[in-house]
Amino acid sequence: MMPRPAAIVVNGLLLGASGIALFPLLWMVSVSFMSPGEASNYPPALLPEHPTFANYRELFAHAGMGRYLANSLFLAMAATLLSLVCNVMAGYAFAKLRFAGRDRIFKVMLGALVIPGQVAMVPLFLLLKHLGLVNSYGGIIVPALASIFGIFLVRQYALSIPDDLLEAARIDGASEWRIFALIVVPLLKPIIVTLAVFTLLGTWNDFMWPLIVLTDQELYTLPVALASLSREHVQDNELMMAGSVLTIMPVLIVFLVLQRYYIQGLMMGSVKG
Amino acid sequence: MISSVKLRHAVAWWFVGPALLVIAVFFVAPVLAALVMSLTDFDIYALADLRNLRVVGLSNYLELLQRPLFWKALGNTLYFVVVGVPLSLAVSLGAALLLNSRLARFQPFFRTALFAPVVTTIVAVAVIWRYLLGTRYGLLNYALGAIGIAPIDWLGDPRFAMPAIILFAVWKNFGYNMIILLAGLQNIPRELYEAARIDGASALRQFRYVTLPMLAPILTIVGILTVAGYFQLFAEPYVMTQGGPLQSTTSILYFMYEEGFKWWNLGNASAVAFMLFLLIFAVTLLQLRHARRGERWR
Repeated sequence: MMPRPAAIVVNGLLLGASGIALFPLLWMVSVSFMSPGEASNYPPALLPEHPTFANYRELFAHAGMGRYLANSLFLAMAATLLSLVCNVMAGYAFAKLRFAGRDRIFKVMLGALVIPGQVAMVPLFLLLKHLGLVNSYGGIIVPALASIFGIFLVRQYALSIPDDLLEAARIDGASEWRIFALIVVPLLKPIIVTLAVFTLLGTWNDFMWPLIVLTDQELYTLPVALASLSREHVQDNELMMAGSVLTIMPVLIVFLVLQRYYIQGLMMGSVKG
Repeated sequence: MISSVKLRHAVAWWFVGPALLVIAVFFVAPVLAALVMSLTDFDIYALADLRNLRVVGLSNYLELLQRPLFWKALGNTLYFVVVGVPLSLAVSLGAALLLNSRLARFQPFFRTALFAPVVTTIVAVAVIWRYLLGTRYGLLNYALGAIGIAPIDWLGDPRFAMPAIILFAVWKNFGYNMIILLAGLQNIPRELYEAARIDGASALRQFRYVTLPMLAPILTIVGILTVAGYFQLFAEPYVMTQGGPLQSTTSILYFMYEEGFKWWNLGNASAVAFMLFLLIFAVTLLQLRHARRGERWR
């Protein structure tokens, strides 16, 4: 059977839109393998004539890329792991444990979500300076240890844990910590993965705060380093594309592997938030 | 029994304590401190010695209202929001409708491809776009040249810099709302369309009288979140134009960053941050009121 014209239009539009969405990324990868100056030819070349790793070698050998990559990896993983502990415990408690003022505190926290993080930046900078955390990994990790959004996400999911299950464990004499570790955490696994992906990508991609709090080049994360390199090497198209590949690919791969969890968090976060 | 309940209350505080402490110390307290700081002349001298600090009341705010650059930054940000948000939402809705079409094939592939720009690092993709938008060797001008349009100095011409940043932002962000709207579309009962078809409604009328009203609550939420996000424009101009040319892409946050962390006028920067917050808050309330009125009409 011949495809209907409408089907051709719909799929053609989807193909075109996907092309536009992916083209800059594909172009980046292609140019990153070109030799210096090749991308500035006219007419512009789309594929490298003699693919080379020279740009990547240059980045690691002379631009300190290994260091920035390590900083980004360490900060993203540390912030993710530590904040998961705080947020999962708190989110579960807000859903299933009783304590004085629980619902009022939660309402106030939800209200605070409308305050943009940038409002806190100036005093936060002074506070961290006072604590000796400016220009250190701690300046990134410590303020990220807990997030209202993370607590909210876990709480919404934890509400579905049946109370009877927890009560039964309590009657059997299990402590609250045992219940949390052996019953609650396994049940919360999907939302934990979701929150982990969100935090990991968020920390990795964050720009404004690391730009403010990390002044020593040795501590730069990839986005900060890339922004600074791109101001110095405006002409070095191919080099900058290799740097962009190194910055984007890790998060893109994490996303592709854990896509299902990421999308689920996105839905929970905005449809109910 | 009572004592065990009490014990459970005590244990609960151990669960929420760490998170609440972090949020109180590193978020709530700084927000309140920002309000206080915005009423002082906190600058580089106060940074060195707090005795140089004076309370100046509202004069930071009043002075800001007399700075041309502040109004410029406000105007640029509003331009970005007023043009960027509707464009972004339109593209998101269009893409969601295409993906939701029964005629669409390879849906998972297209969905992932269209969403990919959302998860990329904004600084890195801004660097890519800076080259794509280049005047002489940029591919966009090359493509436009093929249809007879003379090269445009996208990032160097004050008339085109903000439109270029808007194009970039739409490309980067539309996938996010697309996913949410797609879920909304999938929740609309098929029977409604069946009924409309039986009544002889065209595709366009079905969209107008079934799809849009059913999607309205989600569109409201998505609109509010997108407006709040677009008000926080910063990384794009920082990487692509450094606020130029002729300050045509200096946003409110860019202005705050320079005021605070370049010139160390921290009192002033706090005042800017608070004004941005009040602005976002006011616009959100307006949108909510507008949405409620729309609901009553329907």
